[in-house]
Amino acid sequence: MIRIANSQLWVHDQDEALAFYTEKLGMEVRSDVTLPEMGGFRWLTVGPAGQPDFSIVLMAIPGAPVMDADTGQEVRDLMSKGFAGTVFLTTDDVHASYEELKARGVEFTEEPEERPYGIDSGFRDPSGNSFRLTQVNEAVVPG
Amino acid sequence: MAHVPPPRHLLRAKDLADARYFEPLDVDDLARAAGLSRAHFSREFRGAFGESPHSYLLTRRMERAAALLRTTDRSVADICFSVGLQSVGSFTTSFTRTFGSSPTVYRATFPPAEHQARVPACVVRFYGRPQHRTFREDSARAPD
Repeated sequence: MIRIANSQLWVHDQDEALAFYTEKLGMEVRSDVTLPEMGGFRWLTVGPAGQPDFSIVLMAIPGAPVMDADTGQEVRDLMSKGFAGTVFLTTDDVHASYEELKARGVEFTEEPEERPYGIDSGFRDPSGNSFRLTQVNEAVVPG
Repeated sequence: MAHVPPPRHLLRAKDLADARYFEPLDVDDLARAAGLSRAHFSREFRGAFGESPHSYLLTRRMERAAALLRTTDRSVADICFSVGLQSVGSFTTSFTRTFGSSPTVYRATFPPAEHQARVPACVVRFYGRPQHRTFREDSARAPD
């Protein structure tokens, strides 16, 4: 059986991302290891407390020789334009989650609104990565 | 006997302990979340959940600290602060009482965090690659 274990997001600054994902979104640190033999590469993963088998890898944009400077800049540009991908979160009560995250300083780009599939809202992480926070209608939950 | 769910205000305090353990929360904050005086809150919480709010919050912190000792290479002091505790001395005491060994000894009984980190092969391949060095024979050929 194939399952999703981790999914990776580029971030501008791992410490800034870590603070956002844990203190603001309330996720847990799953792994935080720096490997000197790999040029100080830091494997940093976080995930929701109630979902222990899935983590997001918060990956720093590497420099040369892993990634050349032009490519690094392209990745940064895509992120700042919001085109570097989206994480889709669900919640049982989007209004409560919205108020909670907003009170902690999360900047929402869209307030909760009724959609055919549920109540949907959106925000960004400090790197510009896009997030949806959705209370999905029972009827359309897959499975 | 029929199960009676705990009152919502107590659950709110319990959820707060689980969600915000990394902040400098204490029993007074939990009592405030439940809208009760501290003494009354502690009694009701223990009645509903079978342990004191202080113990519930502390064991949540200990559970997270143990996970961070196993899965990160952060220092014990860092881990103490990142589970919402201020004093490394009392953290070590609580940890030792809970797990039967100090944070450092506990960590040493597990494989190093980098072995568990499961850094994928694609990352190792990229980041483990040495810088290319140019040798003299290359520069001799360079004019071609």
